[in-house]
Amino acid sequence: MSNGLAIEPPAYNYKIVRQFTIMTVVWGIVGMGVGVLLAAQLMWPELNDFFQPYSHFGRLRPLHTNAVIFAFGGCALFATSFYVVQRTCQAVLWGGFLIPFIFWGWQAVIVAAAITLPMGLTSAKEYAELEWPIDIVITLVWVAYALVFFGTVMKRKTPHIYVANWFFGAFIITVAILHIVNSMAVPVSTMKSYSAYSGAMDAMIQWWYGHNAVGFYLTAGFLGMMYYFVPKQAGRPVYSYQLSIVHFWALIAIYIWAGPHHLHYSALPDWAQSLGMVMSLILLAPSWGGMINGIMTLSGAWDKLRTDPTLRFLVVSLSFYGMSTFEGPMMSIKTVNALSHDTDWTIGHVHSGALGWVAMISIGAVYHLVPVLYNRVQMWSVRLIYTHFWLATIGTVLYIASLWVNGLLQGLMWRAFNSDGTLTYSFVESVEASYPGYFVRFIGGAFFLIGMCLMAYNVYRTVAEKEPQNDSSESADSVAAPQTA
Amino acid sequence: MSMFWNLWIIGLTVVCTGLVLWVLLANRKVAQSDDDDPENRTTGHVYDGIEEYDNPLPRWWFLMFVGTIIFGVGYLALYPGLGSYKGILGWTSVGELQLDQQEALENYSETFGAYSQMPIDELIHDGRALKMGVRLFADNCAVCHGADGGGNFSFPNLTDKDWLYGGTAEAIKQSITDGRAGQMPAWGSLIGEPSVVSVSEYVLQLSGQPHEKALAVNGAKVFTQNCAACHGADATGNHLIGAPNLTDTTWLYDGSRAGIQHSVRMGLANEMPAQHDKLREEKIHILAAYVYSLSFDYED
Repeated sequence: MSNGLAIEPPAYNYKIVRQFTIMTVVWGIVGMGVGVLLAAQLMWPELNDFFQPYSHFGRLRPLHTNAVIFAFGGCALFATSFYVVQRTCQAVLWGGFLIPFIFWGWQAVIVAAAITLPMGLTSAKEYAELEWPIDIVITLVWVAYALVFFGTVMKRKTPHIYVANWFFGAFIITVAILHIVNSMAVPVSTMKSYSAYSGAMDAMIQWWYGHNAVGFYLTAGFLGMMYYFVPKQAGRPVYSYQLSIVHFWALIAIYIWAGPHHLHYSALPDWAQSLGMVMSLILLAPSWGGMINGIMTLSGAWDKLRTDPTLRFLVVSLSFYGMSTFEGPMMSIKTVNALSHDTDWTIGHVHSGALGWVAMISIGAVYHLVPVLYNRVQMWSVRLIYTHFWLATIGTVLYIASLWVNGLLQGLMWRAFNSDGTLTYSFVESVEASYPGYFVRFIGGAFFLIGMCLMAYNVYRTVAEKEPQNDSSESADSVAAPQTA
Repeated sequence: MSMFWNLWIIGLTVVCTGLVLWVLLANRKVAQSDDDDPENRTTGHVYDGIEEYDNPLPRWWFLMFVGTIIFGVGYLALYPGLGSYKGILGWTSVGELQLDQQEALENYSETFGAYSQMPIDELIHDGRALKMGVRLFADNCAVCHGADGGGNFSFPNLTDKDWLYGGTAEAIKQSITDGRAGQMPAWGSLIGEPSVVSVSEYVLQLSGQPHEKALAVNGAKVFTQNCAACHGADATGNHLIGAPNLTDTTWLYDGSRAGIQHSVRMGLANEMPAQHDKLREEKIHILAAYVYSLSFDYED
């Protein structure tokens, strides 16, 4: 690995990175496990009843989304951003006591979510269901996160700020604004509050938040991850610095406008719906900029995909990223949305992003990180990574494809009219027609979950192993090379 | 929308899109063709071993970006979007809805119009009308009354001869049009628990179920004083106010001892929502015919 600036790297703070990396795996299994349970409940509704009312779909669904987005995805973002900001700035993490506060504070938020959501304590705002006391803790943790991250960037020994940190920075600042504005509420008791906004305004602010949780949390944050781990794992320079500049600024400038496409054909004024749709379409190119920069970074190193399953995760995640950021703008077109809205297509779209992009790139990053953090030559079993890769890929494809079919089926059934003007199908008939898709979706989700369990075992064996392994493949060398110990 | 917010929206939109376009165009180098070889010159920055090439923007990507912006400008010229500007086409979502409704009215008024003139007694022999009724029922009524109209706990069975508000075609049509609100007061605090228990035994006796005879005798008095006003002296109910017949074996709620006691003690409240604004007269007419047909004896 080339080392352009011959500065001896300082002893980085890896403790916080280790903590968050391990919890990424743990919460990943929890969040996806609940997801598979929910998929099973749609297939076999009796499963709602094993521990009512806590086991009801309506209460577990927000637990699933919060666990995968904020627990799994959040821990992955904390781990990688703290790792990347230190190594690309050549500076030890700044912040003192704030650093452990971020870890324990965030875990406390997750545990509080896991308790309150099944109890039915919710503010009923999608992806922002947590009640006001938890929202305040989130705000405190997030401010500490911003201080530590930007404090470290300020301390950097490199003349410029690496592109990964632009994305992490944009993600941290914007999520802070989104969270605070959307969670504004009037508390009426310890665990109950009412939104500070009402009517269409409340809906608009909710989806301004909701869509930018996707845009900044699940896109910008994970692009930050991508910009470090893809070139690092491939051992290749980033394809185009110029593209980085253009797509970064365009992405953060345009994404913030796209929220209204969640409210097409609603009480939201026409002008806001149109603007949201136009901006969502313009967003296509800035989104794809990241995919191009990631995938083209591999030009000249494609052969590494044969031997390096970690790199496969990273590259396939970019493919799913490209696919879902194409699908998104298409679904934002009003006439397409008229068909897709409220159908399983939307859920499939979210999961092509969540499983294909967010989870896969995080998994790739974890497989890159664990050997470095625990001073191992490579993961305990590279073969298990291959198995995990295929389980994850096939699982994601099954999931998305079945919900495409379901979504189109539902959308077309709901809009079918008889010649006398009555609806051809009642709602329940569309539910009945969705069963095969629900089953395939359940299988796909289960595949993905099994892969996560393999990863947990692999990580456990790697961490527990006393001696580094002897046989080190080429790919593992490139992982192990940056180690300093 | 006030002038301030109007200009605010237009200004933000134009400035934001303009800045994005400027960033795009200011990054001067675009590959001349798609197979333009990368120059593979790095920027000279190195971060933890990661370097960056200074490759030009891919041409197809650049063109796609400009293309979407041009589309956006065109769309915002044609449709509402820039503040209170209406757009060249004058399109509104309300206008589109009204056009669709107008079209539906024209397309279907002939079918429905012909049927709305036919009395329900005739409609129930018209196969096509009943088929339309099946669809209307499945889309609007089946959620509560069941796909076969067989009812459910607290939702009446529409296929039997037992009617809360009357089973004539007119009564059914009125139930659908204006809805029904059934109320039974909570008697627990008014008559006391011993009376609740004894009157429940009497109700069990009325419907021919096993009961405590001694209590039922007392319960009959309680019934006469408190319940007969609505349910009638003979307990066969009253269609005018939807008071159920207590002498048959049909139970809308729980007809067991505990269930009857609960109903007497706590009272009941039920509502069939009015459909007039949702379905309109012509559809309700066909729907009423279909519901009427469910319990109609075609044999006679």
